Amino acid sequence: MQIEPREYVAPWRIAFAPFAAVIVSLGLGSILILWVGASVSDAYLLLVKGAVGSSFALTETLTRSIPLIFTGLAATIAFRARFYNIGAEGQLYCGALAATFFGTGLITLPPLLMIPFLMLIGALAGGAALAIPVMLKTHLKVDEVVTTLLLNFVILLFVGYFLEGPLKDPMSMGWPQAEPIIDEGLFPSLVDKSRLHFGFIFAIIGSVLCWAMMRFTVWGYEIRAVGLNTSAAKFSGINVNTTVIRTAVISGGLAGLAGVSEVAGLKGYLTLDISPGYGYTGIAVAMLAQLNPLAVILSAIFISMIYVGADSMSRAINIPTYIADVLVGLSVLSILVSVMLTKYRLRWR
Amino acid sequence: MALLAFHNITKSFGPLVANDDISLSLEKGDVIALLGENGAGKTTLMNILYGHYTADTGHIEVDGKQLPSGQTDAAIKAGIGMVHQHFTLAENLTVLENIMLGTESLWSLSQKQSAAKAKLAKMSEDYGLKINPDARVADLSVGERQRVEILKALYRDARVLILDEPTAVLTPQEADSLFKTLKSLTGQGFAIIFISHKLHEILQISTRVEVLRRGKIVGSVATKDADRAMLAEMMVGRKVERPSLEAMECGKPVVRLNNVTLRDAGRKASKVPKLDQVNLTIHQHEIIGIAGVAGNGQSALADLLSGLTIPNQGTFELLDVPVTQASPSNIVHRGVGRIPEDRHSSGVVGEMALWENLISEDLRNAPVSKAGIIIDRKACVERTNALIEKFDIRCEGPDAETKLLSGGNMQKLILARALAPEPAFILANQPVRGLDEGAIAYVHEQLLAARKRGAGILLISEDLDELFSLCDRICVMYHGKLTQPFDAKSVSTSQVGLMMAGQTMGQTFDQAPDNLNAPVKEPSHAD
Repeated sequence: MQIEPREYVAPWRIAFAPFAAVIVSLGLGSILILWVGASVSDAYLLLVKGAVGSSFALTETLTRSIPLIFTGLAATIAFRARFYNIGAEGQLYCGALAATFFGTGLITLPPLLMIPFLMLIGALAGGAALAIPVMLKTHLKVDEVVTTLLLNFVILLFVGYFLEGPLKDPMSMGWPQAEPIIDEGLFPSLVDKSRLHFGFIFAIIGSVLCWAMMRFTVWGYEIRAVGLNTSAAKFSGINVNTTVIRTAVISGGLAGLAGVSEVAGLKGYLTLDISPGYGYTGIAVAMLAQLNPLAVILSAIFISMIYVGADSMSRAINIPTYIADVLVGLSVLSILVSVMLTKYRLRWR
Repeated sequence: MALLAFHNITKSFGPLVANDDISLSLEKGDVIALLGENGAGKTTLMNILYGHYTADTGHIEVDGKQLPSGQTDAAIKAGIGMVHQHFTLAENLTVLENIMLGTESLWSLSQKQSAAKAKLAKMSEDYGLKINPDARVADLSVGERQRVEILKALYRDARVLILDEPTAVLTPQEADSLFKTLKSLTGQGFAIIFISHKLHEILQISTRVEVLRRGKIVGSVATKDADRAMLAEMMVGRKVERPSLEAMECGKPVVRLNNVTLRDAGRKASKVPKLDQVNLTIHQHEIIGIAGVAGNGQSALADLLSGLTIPNQGTFELLDVPVTQASPSNIVHRGVGRIPEDRHSSGVVGEMALWENLISEDLRNAPVSKAGIIIDRKACVERTNALIEKFDIRCEGPDAETKLLSGGNMQKLILARALAPEPAFILANQPVRGLDEGAIAYVHEQLLAARKRGAGILLISEDLDELFSLCDRICVMYHGKLTQPFDAKSVSTSQVGLMMAGQTMGQTFDQAPDNLNAPVKEPSHAD
């Protein structure tokens, strides 16, 4: 078997790659389902039903996609500049913590101001959480993958301290959780009798803004140039360090917004389990979207479908929910392979 | 019977026919030069021979036996040896280990060492390729590494050696020694395929020249019947005229370096500075050439003049104002046009569109962007269209991906970006490296036009012919020091060659303080 570069990469190949990856990963996942002894068609049918089969399922899927859109954007923007932010999980909690700190009664504004204020403060906290790793990278060349990853655990313990101490809700019967966000700060509901909240609109606006920034602005140009060819960017006069720091702050801010929307949109109060790894799954979302901010919406919804659908599938036919994690992992691997296959062809002999 | 014969090789990549019905053959002792512009199909043909690609039609014979297509190991077994332009050596292994790697089974590597060593010693002796088999490759010079590559091919009992642009990385002395080796190899019955752009080398080393153009062999001449102009014309398809230097009074100074010293930053800073008390003045209407073997401080000088660094000591004045800040965009706005040494790695962002690469030096100003925030795509594309026209960039349009351009057109794009604002000073660092004759002539014309307009130009080149045909004055760089400028007409190539090797001519590498005031012989270049 040989790998040959393609001379010409057709646009349809690039567009088709994620779909091919999804099909391949579902195919590979069916091996596991067979192994467990269930019927593949039943399993996937239940998965789809559980994800989009009823209005409850559909709103649940969309609700779950909100934090994934934000963390997916965080990874997308950072990865575009080749700044590998693996710390979206920690930045998410920073955003949530800041929203809790200011949103539980410290400041009271009318909702029209309170919600934007909480989002701003959460974004700033998320961005600030990335300040140390990015400065270490630009000034001392410390690898950001290590620092951002490890900082996640530091931040989680830090949040744990607050939930057991200063921010603990006295009414929580001993559970480590914060006081609820005041009513003015809560995101309005989007669909009656569902958990879907306004955060979904914010996430879509965020995607469009990120897309527009990457495509139309000087900042976006600089992010792309630095990511694609740092030395050419530097030679032509782009300040690489400034660009990387700015990108990191934007990325951290987006992850922080995921935290705000979970606290102020979904739960209403901060606990230590508001995120089942949304920060890490955001990386998968970004890869599946091929670092395109608009495609992040679709890819987040797709991954959310798998998680939500797998829950109901496992309840119905006794397949472990871990199948969802496996499917997401497989789809990321498949997308990496299929992106490679848009640029190279395999030749058998 | 021919040692190696290509029969009607055709290979297309999509609509592009890279090799079109190519037939040629080699006898023992032949040195065939494959000459052609970039993209003429030389590399494709060699990749087919070596089994990296499969030909669409046609076949290859070695000693009359057909070579199975697409199998590198079959090509090696048949005695084809490839010396790549970019070496394929493991730097942390010794010479002997590198040579055995891939030939001997890994299980018996240590047992066979003494036998291999004996074979290597005999080869070294027979072919005059001296090398210490126990030296680590990382410690070898570029010329020595190339010797290892050749020995590696010979160790595998190659009878046909393919050398892809072998002199691109060598000093003139190293190149001469390579040619001696090749002559001795052909004397012993080897055949050689020599791929190069450099006409004088081809005339020196080959027995026959095959000229490729657009995938076809357009000419095949015995080297003794060929001359430079004829080969250049065959390769390009039209007559190529080297531009000549028009006599001109030079004007006010545009760049002045006073006692500039530049050291490596950081803890690992070596004691030897990269630039050592360099003095240089460049005037309007003149081209100053910097000669020197690569790695003697030319890149440091280029970094300084492109605004990537500032001197540790001494001053750098641009139009009589000192440069105190390491900022490429600052220096560009103060009137410097820069042509970087490596267009792929620092000249352009290959994955971005043409129009995007054209605006990279001027992002925050009108008309490129509005208020420094939103890029005005329409204005940029218009400007790009105008520059594509003006600089004759052959491309699909302003939205085409830049990496798809040929080397010459990519260089034209960089010229357009650097020269369109009519800079007062132009830094041209190896501006024609890797370009074909047509593109070289174009770059030179543009530099001469800029000189005529009143720009001062610094041309860094390893090609002495280029420097002598284009420059008013020439300085030589050696170990970070710079000689005084010599009038290009008052020194000879061999004198400059000696200085490149570090031999001083009187005051040359002496940085006596009076050098500062040394008469920059306000030269009238007229003669």
